[in-house]
Amino acid sequence: MDLTVQDLACARGGLPVLEGVGFTLHPGRALMLRGPNGIGKTTLLRTLAGLQPALSGTISAPPEAMAYAAHADGLKATLSVEENLRFWARIFGQTGIGQALDEFNLADLAHRPAQNLSAGQKRRLGLARLLVTGRPIWVLDEPTVSLDAASVALFGQAVARHLRAGGAALIATHIHLGFEAAELDLTPFRARPRAMDRFDEAFA
Amino acid sequence: MIALLIRDLALAIRAGGGFGLGLAFFLIVVVLVPFGVGPESAILSRIAPGILWVGALLACLLSLDRIFALDFEDGSLDLLATAPIPLEGVVAMKAAAHWVTTGLPLTLAAPGLGLLLSLDPAAYGWLVLSLALGTPALSMIGTFGAALTVGLKRGGLLLSLLVLPLYVPTLIFGAEAVVRGAAGQANATPLLMLAGITLATLALLPFAAAAAIRINLR
Repeated sequence: MDLTVQDLACARGGLPVLEGVGFTLHPGRALMLRGPNGIGKTTLLRTLAGLQPALSGTISAPPEAMAYAAHADGLKATLSVEENLRFWARIFGQTGIGQALDEFNLADLAHRPAQNLSAGQKRRLGLARLLVTGRPIWVLDEPTVSLDAASVALFGQAVARHLRAGGAALIATHIHLGFEAAELDLTPFRARPRAMDRFDEAFA
Repeated sequence: MIALLIRDLALAIRAGGGFGLGLAFFLIVVVLVPFGVGPESAILSRIAPGILWVGALLACLLSLDRIFALDFEDGSLDLLATAPIPLEGVVAMKAAAHWVTTGLPLTLAAPGLGLLLSLDPAAYGWLVLSLALGTPALSMIGTFGAALTVGLKRGGLLLSLLVLPLYVPTLIFGAEAVVRGAAGQANATPLLMLAGITLATLALLPFAAAAAIRINLR
């Protein structure tokens, strides 16, 4: 159930941003992606999640293993907290959302429409979605944005519990989440400007 | 996948969901035509099938840009693309939800509005049948157009221009089936063509639309 990435290059808007990225993520471990804004953390995570193709390199992971969470939470404003969560649970073929509500302290808000939640509460609901996917490898892009200190701690505990249960997590973040994790700084993998040998493909 | 259909229907009927938009537009068009054309029932009855079909088509067009735009903006589309259900299934469910909230109410409301245009009594059955056969194609083609333009700011104009020519065959055969039916002529050919268009779009366009979304999400 390892996630292994070898010599991966990925592009954003047609321009290569990262190249030569390689790491292995074992079950029970977490890997923190570091690097300055614009280095390509989001691009790397989207590539791993399968939303865009890699320029080169290989990603080997068990099929249907990754749960992706981005900046946007994918919530519907007119649906309640419970309805939002139940929808994603059904999409991922899971039943039961009680644990997710409890772990992110959302049980009291279960019947409130998502449009009446605060930014931090929405974020917590977006992260609770990870628990109802039932997938082992979490791929998270800046998960702690707009969370207060208590919610960050709550999130840290949820990730730690997920790791203890044999899951893995790949997290792009700038803060410390309160558990031991390896770090990968993406700065050395910045793509060098290269001759655009495939440039004329579209103009030939 | 059924969960997606149920969610989309629930979203459509809640506040701000846009259910009834197409129906209201259809009503307005059909109510206004007699004022513009004049009250002579001979003229109205002659143009009624065409007006009803054009009205239904434009009403369908009105709600197309919502199909994927809202899911794209709030990030749901990214999450659906990484979910275990195939993107082709997502597209098909989106088209089905659009038809249930737009095509189906239009089909059911059309006979009532036909009354305002003094539609030939013999034509009512054919009107409902032709709309029931043709509106799924309108929803499916529209979903394909929405998939092509997802992620574009103000993509509504481009969407309309892309979709309108694709709607023409459905309109021609749909209105023709009603006209011929009202005149007591054989109309099996336009009805079969209409059903053929619908089946072909349902068979092919989910794959094309899913491919378009994959490219637009990059």
